[in-house]
Amino acid sequence: MTSTTEQLTAQLSATTLLRFATAGSVDDGKSTLVGRLLHDSKSVLADQLEAVEHASRSRGQEAPDLALLTDGLRAEREQGITIDVAYRYFATPRRRFILADTPGHVQYTRNMVTGASTAELTVVLVDARNGVVEQTRRHAAIAALLRVPHVVLAVNKMDLVDYAEPVFAKIAEEFTAYASELGVPEITAIPISALVGDNVVDPSAHMDWYGGPTVLEHLETVPVSHDLTSCHARFPVQYVIRPQTAEHPDYRGYAGQIAAGTFRVGESVTVLPSGRTSKIAGIDLLGTPVDVAWTPQSVTLLLEDDIDVSRGDLVVPSDDAPATSQDVEATVCHVADQPLTVGQRVLLKHTTRTVKAIVKDIPSKLTLDDLSQHPAPGQLVANDIGRVKVRTAEPLALDSYAHSRRTGSFLLIDPADGTTLAAGMAGDAFATAKAAPAEQSADDDAAWDF
Amino acid sequence: MTTSVNVVTETSDSPYALTHLDALESEAVHIFREVAGEFERPVILFSGGKDSIVMLHLALKAFAPAAIPFSLLHVDTGHNFPEVIEYRDRTVAEHGLRLHVASVQEYIDAGKLRERPDGTRNPLQTVPLTEAIQQHRFDAVFGGGRRDEEKARAKERVFSLRDEFSQWDPRRQRPELWQLYNGRHAPGEHVRVFPLSNWTELDVWQYIQREQIELPEIYFAHERDVFARSGMWLTAGEWGGPKDTEPVEKRLIRYRTVGDMSCTGAVDSEATTLDAVIAEIAASRLTERGATRADDKLSEAAMEDRKREGYF
Repeated sequence: MTSTTEQLTAQLSATTLLRFATAGSVDDGKSTLVGRLLHDSKSVLADQLEAVEHASRSRGQEAPDLALLTDGLRAEREQGITIDVAYRYFATPRRRFILADTPGHVQYTRNMVTGASTAELTVVLVDARNGVVEQTRRHAAIAALLRVPHVVLAVNKMDLVDYAEPVFAKIAEEFTAYASELGVPEITAIPISALVGDNVVDPSAHMDWYGGPTVLEHLETVPVSHDLTSCHARFPVQYVIRPQTAEHPDYRGYAGQIAAGTFRVGESVTVLPSGRTSKIAGIDLLGTPVDVAWTPQSVTLLLEDDIDVSRGDLVVPSDDAPATSQDVEATVCHVADQPLTVGQRVLLKHTTRTVKAIVKDIPSKLTLDDLSQHPAPGQLVANDIGRVKVRTAEPLALDSYAHSRRTGSFLLIDPADGTTLAAGMAGDAFATAKAAPAEQSADDDAAWDF
Repeated sequence: MTTSVNVVTETSDSPYALTHLDALESEAVHIFREVAGEFERPVILFSGGKDSIVMLHLALKAFAPAAIPFSLLHVDTGHNFPEVIEYRDRTVAEHGLRLHVASVQEYIDAGKLRERPDGTRNPLQTVPLTEAIQQHRFDAVFGGGRRDEEKARAKERVFSLRDEFSQWDPRRQRPELWQLYNGRHAPGEHVRVFPLSNWTELDVWQYIQREQIELPEIYFAHERDVFARSGMWLTAGEWGGPKDTEPVEKRLIRYRTVGDMSCTGAVDSEATTLDAVIAEIAASRLTERGATRADDKLSEAAMEDRKREGYF
């Protein structure tokens, strides 16, 4: 069987990793697309397919329902919907993929945020018969807010519109205009039929007018940026390693994962929030000394001076230190069932540092459907996205989320029961400016940044 | 017929690109260090199987040159492969680790658990595991579970909060955003932590090869007395197999997973080296669990049901 040989070569030769997420409304066929992607790239093994065929037959379906490959929970299979994010893994000869398969239903917006937070690419699915709908705009807005670098618009069910180019062109144009306005840097539109398999893995025989890549080709070739030279270097200290053994009596290393940029031996560094300075005396890359290390490597930094450094501190180049502040202004996506209210006491987790904080103000709430903002909503409830002002008990070195997804993001946590309340992104909401709605309040600070 | 109009170049030759194994290793180390920084009494579940061996290797690297700041816990079904127990004890001694053992056999002997008619003890592990967690007041429990193993596990978080009964409720999981893991828990609750969440079976094997990690011999092809049950080769043993109708034969086999002898199947194999094992897995048309685990075949949602009760 040639597929076996192909698969063997594929899995052993692919060395780079792409993390991507899917988003689509309930009946847009998202699970079918994911199933098709896995199936046609020969990433579904015989026993998994057999289980799906068996389950499909016992439900009275004639063809195997590829959605059953991904809907793994009892409740999901019973209701035929995706409830929670699932992670999938597959490989082709060119790349390995981690897919965050996220639910599309409005009430699970928070799960799309979860999937998008680690994704370098998002596939937004649209039903060709319906075109761009409210939920499509919502998905584009979330991708823009989370600063996902690449967005794919997959116009699905082309088989149900006679594979007509004008249908695709109109949807692609409308979506691209909308997403560009939100600051999505790159948009690729692809006409597909997940059910039949057009342009998912194999090129379609029904759409000669389309000259672009299939979904898989695009996933395999989309460039993932590794240019770190312009990034602000950031190293959150996770843990202090002190063996205190005869062999290593004086070893004191600061363990952590480089959040952004590069660090070199000999470099002058500042430890925040204390502001103490030193030089990097050595870098251990998991037991091996190196001269230079970069994100996202997990390393241990050794400093020349014996200064006070502990978990939660941020090591940065002395000539590129962020400002520290106790006042955070950010966009948050509320992910908990209990609301977030003005005056509420919370914990704020930023990199490895968790501090007490209080919600000083919720200036506005975003309506994703039309991107209008509602001033002073008083509180945020599950799946709301809003602006918040938070005062922290200790100074934090927060970057703008636009500059660093890792050091510009934070969680708000309920100190009573540990619930994750909100996902925060410091600084401006969207990448580009947009004319403010006419009914906007006079207070500039309360307004959205578009 | 379709040619791409936007030809883009792969950037893997960038000096800052990490290979997929380096990226997975870095992520797992980050998870180990987060737990060390935030929890009081973490423990690593260690069975002597390849996933827990890789976890231990990653923990050793994460805290080098200091010792691992965690102890180990083995939930012993009593139906072990002798090679695996020997490996377990040797590894513990070599690294000066502390090993806790929760014994299914002791629970059966004390009348607290009843042997199942099919002789399978895997589902019986849940009670000794959860009681050991309570007894030792472990607040973080590392498991080698991978999301690629099974469809319910694909829904599992890296940090998975469990209540005082160790239960998993897939509908009430905390969203996991960026690399910001929220490990806060009330007294009596604990967090299950899965540093290998994003690894596949093949990643584990390629990493074992790259790092030259020693494994128990049963992972490599060897001759063994086995008998067929439910389409799998099982090792004859004191746990109740084979029955009279199940003839024993000598075959060249190896194991893809290590678990309870009564439900862990072997596969026919000639792979005696890491290279050969990797080639065999890459070419296999069966998943690891589909090929070798009887307990997952009990029902369509067997894993989800066991996880809800507190199993890994």
